[in-house]
Amino acid sequence: MTLPTLNFLAILPLLILVAATLLVLLADLVVRNKRVLTFLGLLAVAASLAAVLLVRPAAPTFQGMTLADELGLFASVAILVATGLALLLALERTSDFTRRPGAYVALLLLATAGMIVMAKASDFITIFLGLEILSLSLYILVGFAQRDARSNEAALKYFLLGAFASGFFLYGMALIYAATGSTNLAEISKGIASHSASLPFAPLLPIGVGLLLVGYGFKLALVPFHMWTPDVYQGAPTSVTAFMSVATKTAAFASLIRVLAAVWSGDRPWLLALAGLAVVTMTLGNLAALRQTSLKRMLAYSSIAHAGYVLTGLAAGNDRGFEGALYYLIAYTFMNLGAFATIQAVQRRDQNDVTTEQITGLSTQRPGLALLMTVFMFALTGMPPLVGFFGKLYVFSGAVQGGMTWLAIVGVINSAIAAYYYLRVTVLMYMGGATAAAGDIPRTGWAVWTTLVITAVATLALGLWQQPWMESIREAVTLLALR
Amino acid sequence: MLDYAWLMLLFPALGTLIISLFGTRLGKRAVSILAPAMVFLSFVVAVAAFVSLLGLPVDERSREVTLWRWMVVGNFSVDAALLLDQLSITMALAVTCVGFLIHVYSAGYMHDDERVPRYFAFLNLFILAMLTLVLANNYLLLFVGWEGVGLVSYLLIGFWFEKPAAADAGKKAFIVNRVGDFGLLLAIMFIWTGIGSLRFADVFALAPQVWPAGSAVVGAVTLLMLLASTGKSAQIPLYVWLPDAMEGPTPVSALIHAATMVTAGVYMIARSAVLFDLAPASGNWVAWVGVLTAFFAGTIALTQTDLKRILAYSTVSQLGFMFIAVGVGAYAAGIFHLVTHAFFKALLFLSAGSVMHALNGELDIRKMGNLRVKLPTTYWTFLVGAAALAGIPLFSGFFSKDAILFAAFEKQLPVWIIGVITAFITALYSFRMVFVTFWGQERDRRLFNHAHESPRVVTIPLIILAVGAVLTGYIGLPAISAIDGWLAPAFHPAGAAAETHSVALELILLVVSGLIALAGVFAAYQAYMVDPDLPKRVRASLGRVGRLVENKYYIDEIYDMFVVNPLRDLGGWLGGVFDRRGIDGAVNGLAGVTGWLGAQARRLQTGMVGLYALAMLFGAVALLAWLATR
Repeated sequence: MTLPTLNFLAILPLLILVAATLLVLLADLVVRNKRVLTFLGLLAVAASLAAVLLVRPAAPTFQGMTLADELGLFASVAILVATGLALLLALERTSDFTRRPGAYVALLLLATAGMIVMAKASDFITIFLGLEILSLSLYILVGFAQRDARSNEAALKYFLLGAFASGFFLYGMALIYAATGSTNLAEISKGIASHSASLPFAPLLPIGVGLLLVGYGFKLALVPFHMWTPDVYQGAPTSVTAFMSVATKTAAFASLIRVLAAVWSGDRPWLLALAGLAVVTMTLGNLAALRQTSLKRMLAYSSIAHAGYVLTGLAAGNDRGFEGALYYLIAYTFMNLGAFATIQAVQRRDQNDVTTEQITGLSTQRPGLALLMTVFMFALTGMPPLVGFFGKLYVFSGAVQGGMTWLAIVGVINSAIAAYYYLRVTVLMYMGGATAAAGDIPRTGWAVWTTLVITAVATLALGLWQQPWMESIREAVTLLALR
Repeated sequence: MLDYAWLMLLFPALGTLIISLFGTRLGKRAVSILAPAMVFLSFVVAVAAFVSLLGLPVDERSREVTLWRWMVVGNFSVDAALLLDQLSITMALAVTCVGFLIHVYSAGYMHDDERVPRYFAFLNLFILAMLTLVLANNYLLLFVGWEGVGLVSYLLIGFWFEKPAAADAGKKAFIVNRVGDFGLLLAIMFIWTGIGSLRFADVFALAPQVWPAGSAVVGAVTLLMLLASTGKSAQIPLYVWLPDAMEGPTPVSALIHAATMVTAGVYMIARSAVLFDLAPASGNWVAWVGVLTAFFAGTIALTQTDLKRILAYSTVSQLGFMFIAVGVGAYAAGIFHLVTHAFFKALLFLSAGSVMHALNGELDIRKMGNLRVKLPTTYWTFLVGAAALAGIPLFSGFFSKDAILFAAFEKQLPVWIIGVITAFITALYSFRMVFVTFWGQERDRRLFNHAHESPRVVTIPLIILAVGAVLTGYIGLPAISAIDGWLAPAFHPAGAAAETHSVALELILLVVSGLIALAGVFAAYQAYMVDPDLPKRVRASLGRVGRLVENKYYIDEIYDMFVVNPLRDLGGWLGGVFDRRGIDGAVNGLAGVTGWLGAQARRLQTGMVGLYALAMLFGAVALLAWLATR
């Protein structure tokens, strides 16, 4: 028996993260100044990022269980950036809701590891492994504000429904295995391509994919698998919401793109199913966001809508749509994280949310925060030349090219609806008179400012300067070899 | 050096960023130094680029500097790239030079304002947008600059937004310009669908092959560009916003609404020379729009009594001259007049600002008089500016206006005739300003006694601009015409043979123009110094025509009646009846239905989580049903 070759370099970023998780937990026992733990976490993220960018092993590794391809690299970078920013966000405010910042940092790192596994996995077993690692970590993180009943409730809901969704996911995997005889994406792809008619249980394939879609739909908050989102996003500590709203989406979408590319057989009904999901997701998300008075709830519905836009790119079923979806994810990472970061900066120490009333007249109290929030709101609306505009431009043009002009039109109408609630925030901040009591808004520390400035600059700069990103994205999509 | 031309954009961008973020913390003093310094650095870069361009052989004097690929959608791609050639560098030099002087002047002029940082942030942003406009190497980036300057213009006209007149003027400028901008967008779309690229070099190389001369599409494109230009450059029928724009601070009127932004339309037509050469009919339209605007605005300027408004109408009129030039194909002459005008009109506005400053904000020339005693420096600089505007021989405006009239004489005799009459009117109103304001007897003793010369930070830019207003004329001396030879390759990349002019004819016309200008000055002297009752008698003999002109041909009223009021009523109906009953009704109804459904669903379910799971189940069933049955 020969031992399988294990290319540990390929999973170096993961090893760093997991090792750092353990280190943080150990250090938690001895270190008095808990801020050190966050810095340790940041260091680990930086090291992991360096490993992702510098160590480029030949794909695939671990018997085809994981891929270190361009898509994995792209998603890993986006996820790690989100983690780093979330850690910075948490630095000053973790003590607001917990006495155990060490565990918080450790879980954040562990969740990141899970996301990267999921994004890089090329086998259903590893995909599920990543999914569970990230889910379990997030269940705890959502409920981390132990004294806050809403946080506890959110965690329980997320956990129960997540378990339900995992069931669908597993069942889908099983049926696909039954239909194709493999759990490996490359094998499945080969099987479908060479002798799809001769597979004995071929009819099970679409059912399996459908069940899988339910599982992904849950993680991505697609309608109608989205109902947990507002409760969880509102209940979770704001830095957790900021993190999970962007990083989970990146991981799950990267994985979904990989799976679709593997099982994709050029069938239009599948695309129509995705398009249908995109339509209801965008529309319901935006309509529900219109009348929210809690900013976190509003952004929760908005994040549902944005998942719909990204899905539009996938439903296009062509390279351009996939490229658009990936670009959208990176754009969304920065603009949405920035928006949640601003909310955290504005929220009171004893609260875990900000109401529209609280931001009324913010421009007179805190002009800097108001300006940055405006940038994020404009970006989420999709105003040129910010990233949000180009994200929409690319996914919609993908849809048009894929013969789904109607889907692009629905998307544009949705963008117009969304403009109402995003711009309302700006209007309230600048023209709403002054009701926000200045004393209620805690001083904004350097770490939060850093997060805000990085996200704001990226929101502007990545719109104006796209070449390197788009090249990486294009390579990622080309390597998927969409049929 | 040319590869570093992007620095020109970087400095004002940095200035905008720093001032808008930290302006109030830095304080007025620091901001008043930082903002002009940034523009000065841009000017230095522009000069360096100019020098290195001069050092190149003529056929290499067009360099593209690609900064990065901006966006790619399928086969549509746009670069963020600069085009450095004779035309763009000339424009960049004028913008940064005049811009710098006006920044310095502003430091003194705006000293007492509360919102100095805001003001300078906008002013720096304007320089950035204007440079983007003139340096762009494709129509889309040009459009970005075009919209950018429009935005800053709106912000600065309404800078004192507490004044309703200023806020309204800002809105008017923005809305009127929207009409023109729409034309430009359509033109860009036509170009893209027809040629498949927006890059100037591609468009100008392919256009003659794709579009035969005189074809309908190229006619539409050029006419749409003309529409856009009439908005930005304040020509008939869209000039109405410019006189109102004088509500903004005076340095803004000088920089944006006289020297630079309003010339964007002229620049764009000159830049698109190849397209306009393909559409001779559109060129005629441009020339006629220009000459009629020049004439009408000139006559209105004669009757106005507000110093800045006279200058505003004079700007409209002079822009008309530039349109004549680019309309008859004398692009170099148009750009030449653009440059000289930038200097002498900025000078006139800033001098007017100095007068206004001295008289506590008074702008009515009927209350002025004999001010040369009190404001010697301002008087001399204003005089130089007026002489240049009037086209007195040896001042810059003389040469540039003559170049335009000569070109018109060769191509369009009727245009030339009206142009010459307008030149006479120009001289008349220019010196009307000089005589009424600075000569004669003081009319308002109280104002006169309080008048005082402005500080040096104001007068030094005036003196420099005055020197420029004289000297810029000599870059385009007839027969030598340095600027003609310099600019020509930018308009005809293919290298069309230069036309030969009759030098004798040119000299005769030169003398005619000079005499016309002097006649105008003489008439002004007669009317406003020797025989002060003459204007009244003339006015009385004109009767209704006089009233028509005095009321600016009732153009604003006509717009109100036929455009503004119907649109406002429509808006009122949409906002009041349609929006409330129709759209709000639908939205509220939808929300009501959703809320009702939610309430029903809630009553059906004992626990929320169960409902959520049920929804997931329904979704899964629907999805599977769809996938399994296909």
